[in-house]
Amino acid sequence: MEARSNTAVGVTLTINGVERNASIEPCVTLLDLLREEFHLTGTKKGCDHGQCGACTVLVNGTRINSCLVLAVSRNGSEITTIEGIGTPDELHPLQEAFVRHDALQCGYCTPGQICSAIGLISEGRAKTRDEIREAMSGNLCRCGAYIGIVDAIEEVMAAPKRKTVP
Amino acid sequence: MDRGPAITGKSIPRIDGPLKVRGQAKYAAEYEVPDLLHAAIVSASIAKGRVISIDSADAKSFPGVVAVLTHQNRPWFWPFSFLYKDPAGPPGQPFRPLYNDRVHFSGQPVALVVGDTYEAARDAAALVRVSYHREQHSTDLAAEVSRAYKSPRRRLGLAPTPQPTGDADRAFSEAPVKVEATYTTAAENHHPMELFATTVEWGDKTVTVYDKTQSPKSVEIFLKVAFRLFRRKVRVVSSFVGGAFGLGLRPQQSVFLAVLAAKALKRSIRLVIPRDQMFALGYRANSIQTVSLGADKNGHLLAVRHRAIAATSRNEDAQDPMLNFSASLYRCHNVKLAYELAKLDTVSPCDMRAPGAATGMFALECAMDELAYATNVDPLVLRLANYTERDQSENRPFSSKALRECYAQGAERFGWAKRSHAPRSMRKGKELVGWGMATGVWEAAMSPVPARAKVRLLADGRFEVTSSITDIGTGTYTILTQIAADALEASIERVVVKLGDSALPFNPIQGGSWTAATSGSAVQAACNKLKKKILSRAKQAGIVGNGQSTELLSPAALADLLRLSDHDNLSATATIINFPFGKKYTGATHSAVFAEVRIDEELAVVRVTRLVCAVAAGRILNPATARSQIIGASVMGIGKALYEDAATDHNLGRCMAHSFADYHIPSNADVYEIEVLFAEETDDKVSPIGVKGVGEIGSVAVAPAIANAIFHATGQRIRDLPITIDRLARSRD
Amino acid sequence: MRRFEYLRVASINQAIERLSDEPGAKLLAGGTNLVDLMKYDVATPTTIIDINDLPLREISETSDGGLRIGALATNSDVAFHPVVENRYPLLASAILAGASAQLRNVATVAGNLLQRTRCSYFYDVMTPCNKRTPGTGCPARNGLNRNHAILGASQDCVATHPSDMCVALAAIGTMIIVQGPNGARSISLADFHRLPGDTPEQDTTLQNNEIILGIELTPAPEFQRYSYLKIRDRLSYAFALVSAAALLTIDDGVISTAHVALGGVAHKPWRDTAAEVVLVGRPASRGNFDQFASMLLLRSDALSENGFKIELARRTVVRALEQAASRTPQSQSDKHIH
Repeated sequence: MEARSNTAVGVTLTINGVERNASIEPCVTLLDLLREEFHLTGTKKGCDHGQCGACTVLVNGTRINSCLVLAVSRNGSEITTIEGIGTPDELHPLQEAFVRHDALQCGYCTPGQICSAIGLISEGRAKTRDEIREAMSGNLCRCGAYIGIVDAIEEVMAAPKRKTVP
Repeated sequence: MDRGPAITGKSIPRIDGPLKVRGQAKYAAEYEVPDLLHAAIVSASIAKGRVISIDSADAKSFPGVVAVLTHQNRPWFWPFSFLYKDPAGPPGQPFRPLYNDRVHFSGQPVALVVGDTYEAARDAAALVRVSYHREQHSTDLAAEVSRAYKSPRRRLGLAPTPQPTGDADRAFSEAPVKVEATYTTAAENHHPMELFATTVEWGDKTVTVYDKTQSPKSVEIFLKVAFRLFRRKVRVVSSFVGGAFGLGLRPQQSVFLAVLAAKALKRSIRLVIPRDQMFALGYRANSIQTVSLGADKNGHLLAVRHRAIAATSRNEDAQDPMLNFSASLYRCHNVKLAYELAKLDTVSPCDMRAPGAATGMFALECAMDELAYATNVDPLVLRLANYTERDQSENRPFSSKALRECYAQGAERFGWAKRSHAPRSMRKGKELVGWGMATGVWEAAMSPVPARAKVRLLADGRFEVTSSITDIGTGTYTILTQIAADALEASIERVVVKLGDSALPFNPIQGGSWTAATSGSAVQAACNKLKKKILSRAKQAGIVGNGQSTELLSPAALADLLRLSDHDNLSATATIINFPFGKKYTGATHSAVFAEVRIDEELAVVRVTRLVCAVAAGRILNPATARSQIIGASVMGIGKALYEDAATDHNLGRCMAHSFADYHIPSNADVYEIEVLFAEETDDKVSPIGVKGVGEIGSVAVAPAIANAIFHATGQRIRDLPITIDRLARSRD
Repeated sequence: MRRFEYLRVASINQAIERLSDEPGAKLLAGGTNLVDLMKYDVATPTTIIDINDLPLREISETSDGGLRIGALATNSDVAFHPVVENRYPLLASAILAGASAQLRNVATVAGNLLQRTRCSYFYDVMTPCNKRTPGTGCPARNGLNRNHAILGASQDCVATHPSDMCVALAAIGTMIIVQGPNGARSISLADFHRLPGDTPEQDTTLQNNEIILGIELTPAPEFQRYSYLKIRDRLSYAFALVSAAALLTIDDGVISTAHVALGGVAHKPWRDTAAEVVLVGRPASRGNFDQFASMLLLRSDALSENGFKIELARRTVVRALEQAASRTPQSQSDKHIH
């Protein structure tokens, strides 16, 4: 074994509007930092290799797979996870639409789907149903809730008075 | 009055939806436990042989590593394999991780590294060096056909493959029209999105195990026996399960190893099985099947022969109802079935959504399509010509069977009448269009094991329903809420359902589509009991109101009652024992699936542009969640038809499709329109609440409908699943 | 994951120095491939040199009408850049055919160029692989090779290059600008990726101590006809079985330039400029496309399971050329192939 030092490094992230610090080894991914260190388990680990999208979060407003990002490399970033979207009393319109269209079953891929959909809407490129389906294909759902997911996104995109998304 | 008419039967939104969309539903790996250690599996690279040595020196000296457990230093556990039996297990010897030096399959755990962080355990696991003595392995089903055998021991609870009737061999040889073909299906992995995981909170008196399972109760019993935890209270919690599809029916390697390590170290442990190790937890058995159909010139069946050879492991005879529907789906007096197994050096196959049926019916329903073309009869007309109102294999009627309505309504919605029969006769631009259909069937049964439920009046006038059953995404929380609300004449807001906890009233495994009927009946019975109790207590207390039960169950009346009596006693527990319609009827759900495919003629790219699924499943408790079940099962059916193949390198004896880049499940872009229709079906015999269950039926007929549509589009009969581009290209060129 | 030291550099020279000093060091850009490989213990860098602070994100037009794209521009930055959308739509289309939106938001141009094969043996440290561990053998050759190379493979390695972006870059004509201890140099894309030969562990001709600064696209003629057609096992979020990037200029029905590159078929994006010559001066007809495609695949060679890719590649090239010629490029969201 190579005896390399695993020196912990300091990381500061603004997560859901709150500044948080951690001292972590550089090998810790953003996903594991969120789940294990900050107990923000709404962000899911489905494959750990960028092949399922369950770990999707918004970094500086852009949707990414948190499993393939070393947390240290995003030092200083603003992260939005599912915990920062909607409140118990007032769900985000997408969250509401997901419930209404039964766009989930087991719920495990759901936070990633919703973060991804928020990213998709703010990108503003997908307009047709085909485009939504393609742009959401980075989020796998084994329960097969895709039709409800696209219905929910279409509805929110078409809503005349859309609330601002984070 | 705080409620209107019946809530069951209505599409109320999923009760657990708001929690899940906010990421607040907690899954097995997400519980915060103090002083938690993390574990990672070192798995075998060979398929068969022995571990000669394990060099864990580097791993042990890795910063943060607490222990490396192997078969040599693990804590004691029973040497008798029968003590590791679980209710869903097949006959044979259950696999026990780290039992001894034997390697039974590639991917088998051979060591467990425990560290104080997830990263320490994971990264030290890569430093464990294992040397093996290899033995000749066999993982290729085709190579083992000559050694196929009929299992001498039938799996507990599995109905036997129907006995032969008439003389199928003779009837087939004399039939004016014959079709005979061999079909194969690939091994598939369940791959729920949630990784298999267990968090063990180890205490002196109580061991709490947060586990991904479809049966907290059987895991609890398994752990108590296997690890002699009788002096401790063992509680298994699975409040939310991120999909399972059968892979959580048996106590998994994750819970075994996590508890083993917790016991060894007397510490709390978390073990998450990474995606690339999940192939070694279980798989849908691959199969080789031959179907022979004899018919008269109009397509009336004269003979049905169906032989299936399915993979199993060396240590167990995995079995499922692969041929159990082949004798009863169509009217035919000469039927001969043979269900055989062949042993491979793999982990044991494990039930996967519509186990057996999804495999066996693929072959039978493709053969029916072949017969439709051999007789020049429309595939739907052919099925109607062979329709049966009785289960001829058991010589008894069905408790209900609205398959005819499924055919009619599905065909109508799909526009089947506009289909032109000849292959390659429909096209749009550069694409060939194919329309195919297939019939689906699944048993509608209550669990053979009793189920219990408890309902309690809470101090705030709400009702708390408890049951150990899980909700694996099926909508169990929701339908139980609906059933309770109706029984107690309350609004759904006044019902709180708690599930997925072995400390709650006993329920069997969540599987086989029997949960709604079984656990639902238990909840209804408990609620009815409580209602009676409340009404009589109200009478005793002199609360009369207008004499209507609705008023006596209203929040105001209950508040009076609670003031006047001890609410702790206002609870009721009920047990449901398998509804005794026994031998008089056959219970079955049915479906008719119509598929449209579009296939680029030159490039053989297949798109499943439309599915119409007409389902007869008795009473539908919640059309919205039931529809989602059918759509989801159909998506899995698209995967089975076109993509899913746990491809194994037989030289290495190792499944190489162990990532989502190699094992393709359908993505959003692969799913176009899926319509679901529920045919009206009233059934007072199948279960006390008239429910048949919808978990499996959606998966049965999709793959054959797609395969048949591909034939209709291209004229190419692909008899091997999945129907990939290379298979289409090879059959064409 | 092997433990490593993390170093965030502020200058290009600092990165080059560290690379020169430490052969085990690796540059981290988006990380979508590197971190993935590290998790599988396929990549085991001793130091991670994070270059995300380097000013290499810019996309700008060059004086000769080409386009220079910084090494750290993300796939999304490139695909949605107005100049790319207008003048290099083939590149935008190819990028959008790959991976997922989330990955494209992070993955960079340089990372994409250096993307390693997706061969499942390469990724699985429990199996032999000459590319990962030279000398251990290639199980794909006699194993699961359904999606392996049909062109330019060697006895030692039958892996394919997985990128979509690079296939478009090959067709467009691209220079890779790199810098090492001795200064900057340009490598043409055709010379950047290499065939496996007996050193399959080397994917490219980039030196260990060199850093990619960016790429330069050849000036694009106006109104170029194009299409990127990708055939894969599922309709999205999958690597190519075969893909074809086609660029045509046609004057009065006659082809004046034709650039065609193939993906998913070899250890590098596959282009044969000699074969392209036969198209020039001839009508844009199916017959000519057929003839060209056959020439392009003349030296193809099948393994036990991937023979279908030869005919599939041939047909894909023809279709991509037809789509380009008729100005109906393949949509990456509508999966219907026109």
